[in-house]
Amino acid sequence: MSTAQDAFAVTLRDLERQFGDFVAVNRISLDVRQGEIFGFLGPNGAGKSTTIRMLCGLLEPTSGQGTVAGLDIRTQREEIKRCIGYMSQKFSLYDDLTVEENIDFFSGIYRVPKEKKAQRKTWVLDMAHLQEHRHTRTGLLPSGWKQRLSLGCALLHEPRVLFLDEPTSGVDPLSRRSFWDLIYQMASEGVTVFVTTHYMEEAEYCDRLGLIYRGELVALGTPGEMKGSLMADQVLCVSCDRSHDALGVAATVAGVRDAALFGHDIHLMTEDAEHLAPRLRQALEAAGFQVGTVERITPSLEDVFVSLIEARDRADGAQQEFKA
Amino acid sequence: MSALNLRRLGAVARKEFIHVLRDPRALGIAIVLPMIMLMIFGYALTMDLDRVPLAIWDQSRTPQSRELVSRFEGSRYFSVVARPGSYAEAEDTLARGQTMMALVIPVEFGRRVASGRKTQVQVLTDGSDANTTTLALSYADAIVRNYSQEILVEKARRLTGRPPALPLDLRFRAWFNTDMESRIFIVPGLIAVIMMLITALLTSLTVAREWETGTMEQLISTPLRGSELILGKLAPYFAIGMVDMLLSVLAGRFLFDVPIRGSLVLLFGVSAIYLVGALSLGILISTKAKTQLLASQFAFVATFLPAFLLSGFMFDIANMPKALQAVTYLIPARYFVTFLRGLYLKGTGLAQLWPECLLMVAFGALMLSLAIRSFQKRLA
Repeated sequence: MSTAQDAFAVTLRDLERQFGDFVAVNRISLDVRQGEIFGFLGPNGAGKSTTIRMLCGLLEPTSGQGTVAGLDIRTQREEIKRCIGYMSQKFSLYDDLTVEENIDFFSGIYRVPKEKKAQRKTWVLDMAHLQEHRHTRTGLLPSGWKQRLSLGCALLHEPRVLFLDEPTSGVDPLSRRSFWDLIYQMASEGVTVFVTTHYMEEAEYCDRLGLIYRGELVALGTPGEMKGSLMADQVLCVSCDRSHDALGVAATVAGVRDAALFGHDIHLMTEDAEHLAPRLRQALEAAGFQVGTVERITPSLEDVFVSLIEARDRADGAQQEFKA
Repeated sequence: MSALNLRRLGAVARKEFIHVLRDPRALGIAIVLPMIMLMIFGYALTMDLDRVPLAIWDQSRTPQSRELVSRFEGSRYFSVVARPGSYAEAEDTLARGQTMMALVIPVEFGRRVASGRKTQVQVLTDGSDANTTTLALSYADAIVRNYSQEILVEKARRLTGRPPALPLDLRFRAWFNTDMESRIFIVPGLIAVIMMLITALLTSLTVAREWETGTMEQLISTPLRGSELILGKLAPYFAIGMVDMLLSVLAGRFLFDVPIRGSLVLLFGVSAIYLVGALSLGILISTKAKTQLLASQFAFVATFLPAFLLSGFMFDIANMPKALQAVTYLIPARYFVTFLRGLYLKGTGLAQLWPECLLMVAFGALMLSLAIRSFQKRLA
């Protein structure tokens, strides 16, 4: 292996997985650098979990290649399992075991050396803030605490790469925030984190993002790149009264590609915000609305994803019409 | 593939022990159910026939007829529960199920016996259950025959002045089960059936449960091997199975008074081998089924029914149709039933029972390797 290859903790080349006729993951290629927090974003059913399961050796790819920590995901699956940590979407520790018993179990499974066992257990209990609850049955813990314990158990053997599949779904915002503090801590210690999510504010925390939609990788880049160069459309923010009614009028103005409500404001996607702004104000005022500000704004990640996904839908639609 | 790791195996075994100890349902199935089954089958499944409910209509009312009646009353095989005064009444007791048999002594019985003439007594029976009827009839026949023989002997003694020597005398002795009590025959076979059911039922849930709760996904993302997982899961259930075995043997010895004539070491040694096979069969079912409900239902059908019906426990294999007899060779419980009966009743050891033991070793090895191999460390 070359040193350039070693710089990547995870690589995917045309990775594909089908379930019968359904293509769950369609020829995805990407690289994740060592120590990076890589966010894998997409709506439910887009293929995020399938991808992560292939990388962890739980599912076999239909075609394509991939490596994790320099090991082949097709031929070295058991070796991979020794140096990764994995947290599945569903809570998957044993409810009838106590916090401590769960830690001991995974410590045995990962063969944490005898002399390090006690120290690793203390580390997990401290990290998850569960020192006082070590003898509590895991099933009785609130979900945010369970997630922290899951993370701790996945980190017992000090893996180099950590795969987290929607680790914060169903967890309250405060716990989610403290969970991300832990992820940052891991990354600062050199652990590569590959995390899937559909929370936009979590996407902002990642070093780099991949957007997956209907099994295909739609965009790849840092959050900044996503909002800048990758965003073909510009965003106009309009504030006016009765914005719900105004949305229908705004959407029909020529040059508007898409319109959506954001709180009391309307966000409009367009190719040319500068020319659209005065025409839009005119149209809305002519229809009897009180228009406040009309200004071009930096798009949020949500704007970016909505725009990218709709662009993809339009392209797919055109393709299908063409085929028909 | 490197050898299996004992530390990982130990971690799985410890966790499984905790699961069982904290799950009252599992403990119930493991300990209480076998004891209940032993009680129910041990007491209810007796094939001995005694105290057959009997109706007697004595129309003769003579010393001779009273003598016959008292012989029926004195027999432990009959219990006189009705004294009808007509055929209609006698038939009524049979129809209502109050009695199983009615003895009708004709009016002229006393007179004819006293004068040494041939006399008839009539027996009406409820023939619904052919086996029981045949058995009850043979008891009645024996009593009547005995009485008639004594009458003959008495007559000969009066004529010749000394009792006659009977030409034939059957000296009868039953071996192995000297008192011919069916529980002594049933209890050892029952232990085999219970072991098969309980163990397969218990283990059939363990792998399926992990698929259902999602913990399996976590497990297969670790370096844990299939063999370590399966053997680790077997360990606590093996311990429970041996405790069940011990309890069953103790209950058999002290509750049902079934003596053990063979070696205890051999008894528990071979039981251990049979247990491994039965437990592995449960795991095999569990790895295939993936839901607990399906697994437990399948385990019941795949283990209890064949062990109960085709092992020779309930029905004699020699009396089955040839095709069915061939099937019984595939039922491991058949070998265990044969082994246990031999060891319990006849005190036989490996010298006679080695083919059964060898086949159980083969069954255990096959099931264990199938269980390990069938476990796929991947989703879908």
